[in-house]
Amino acid sequence: MDDALFANVDWQEIAQATLDTLLMLGGSLAASVLLGLPLGVLLFLTGRRQLLEQRAVHLALSFLVNVLRSVPFIILLIVMIPFTVTLVGTSLGVAGAIPPLVIGTAPFFARLVETALREVDRGILEACQAMGATTRQVVTGALLPEALPGIVAGITVTAIALVSYTAMAGVIGAGGLGDLAVRFGYQRFQTDVMVVTVALLLVLVQVLQMVGDRIVAKVSRR
Amino acid sequence: MITFRSVSKAYGEGAARTTALHPLDLDISAGEVFGIIGHSGAGKSTLIRLINGIERASGGSLVVDGEDVTTLDDDRLRALRRRIGMIFQHFNLLSSKTVAANVAFPLRLAGGLDRAAIDARVAALLERVGLSAHAGKYPSQLSGGQKQRVGIARALACDPKVLLCDEATSALDPQTTASVLHLLAELNRELGLTIVLITHEMDVVRRVCDRVAVLDAGRLVESGAVADVFLHPRHATTRRFVLESEHVDEGERGEDLARADGRIVRLTFRGEATYAPLLGRVARASGVDFNILSGRIDRIKDTPYGQLTLAFSGGDVDAALRELGAADVTVEVVR
Repeated sequence: MDDALFANVDWQEIAQATLDTLLMLGGSLAASVLLGLPLGVLLFLTGRRQLLEQRAVHLALSFLVNVLRSVPFIILLIVMIPFTVTLVGTSLGVAGAIPPLVIGTAPFFARLVETALREVDRGILEACQAMGATTRQVVTGALLPEALPGIVAGITVTAIALVSYTAMAGVIGAGGLGDLAVRFGYQRFQTDVMVVTVALLLVLVQVLQMVGDRIVAKVSRR
Repeated sequence: MITFRSVSKAYGEGAARTTALHPLDLDISAGEVFGIIGHSGAGKSTLIRLINGIERASGGSLVVDGEDVTTLDDDRLRALRRRIGMIFQHFNLLSSKTVAANVAFPLRLAGGLDRAAIDARVAALLERVGLSAHAGKYPSQLSGGQKQRVGIARALACDPKVLLCDEATSALDPQTTASVLHLLAELNRELGLTIVLITHEMDVVRRVCDRVAVLDAGRLVESGAVADVFLHPRHATTRRFVLESEHVDEGERGEDLARADGRIVRLTFRGEATYAPLLGRVARASGVDFNILSGRIDRIKDTPYGQLTLAFSGGDVDAALRELGAADVTVEVVR
């Protein structure tokens, strides 16, 4: 088998790595959305001339988001280790990778949500106010449904960013396809392993983008 | 129904403070169609938004349906807003919801109705505005006039006493404008709905309003019954609106008058006088000749009127004018 095309490829390991990547991606994407969506809504609502205009709160949130977004992800991975251990009991494997992935992407997603909400016609919010809607009703009844295409597109972008972040998470022993590519493909010069893992990552990104675009088209009514 | 007392509005603080509305008084009665006309920047958008508290007044008191909007807390203000419908220049429909869901939206916000009751109410409202066949469509699939009809159905959902119209026909073509204005007049007549509309077109005022107020640079410069304001404008801004609506150029009109001989008078006929063969009779009796320089015969809401500018010559002009005055025609000597 030594002269075979993918001599160094251990398919079972590839399968395990693929599963790990998908688990990391799914877990951290879900948590990023759960955390980033309310954060994005709050950023929007507390902004200038918005429903809950609160300059101090807006500036504080905005600063927190900017701080988290300016820390290089590779540094965040390492800095987060003690926190991750107290949160999930380990800093290794899929479970250990999810907290830094979420902290790395939730602020990014929050900004995308804020931008999507700003795209909603102000007139629609005014109409809701004129109908006697509470702020909560404006958010759930009008703001989020109107911004849904933008939010779904934001989730797609976030998911794809997460794919490359999961690859970096290999540094702290997270496993996954990216880790495999670095350890075997790069450090041991096993080009075939590199090619297979990168091809799988490419397929993953393609599928994410395609599914995301389909959903956006389905929820767009404009 | 709506009473403004020294209501003013300013934006900004300190040196950056700009006045949008100078203190003004205004009374709008229940069941009337009240127009507020002004050029852009005159403060009419601000004025209409004070009524439902989307803009809060900086001073004075504003009583709507028995409650002072300027002192209401958030809950009471929301309750009041449910009794005031509003439609907009750009419709402001929810693009993510169907026509039926848009109309149902205020009912869902208000709560208290079950699904079946909401469905029945929505069906009745869509029937009322003639859009039953489009219930399942999305706003992007509708024409401008249809969108505004959805806006009207939505505004009527909670059975409001007052309907605020913010340049509701300004984005529509003339034919669609006419049909939307017709619908508004019908709602006013049949439901006794009080309508407050703002516009920059005298034509809109002429077609549906009972009374009108003219706003210029944040000040109320003239107000009264539409026929009075429209036929005998006193303030320069009002005159400009009237001329605009007649597509008349003031300079050209002056040149035309300068060229005419004899006594120039403007006659205004109203109501039944519009239909009487008065001019010929008076001319024969007094022996004057007349030359029509300009004229218009039209309707202000339901009242027919005519306005003619004539040059009289020969015969007994004074007798002719006396007789016209006696016959319920307003005579203004221009030259």
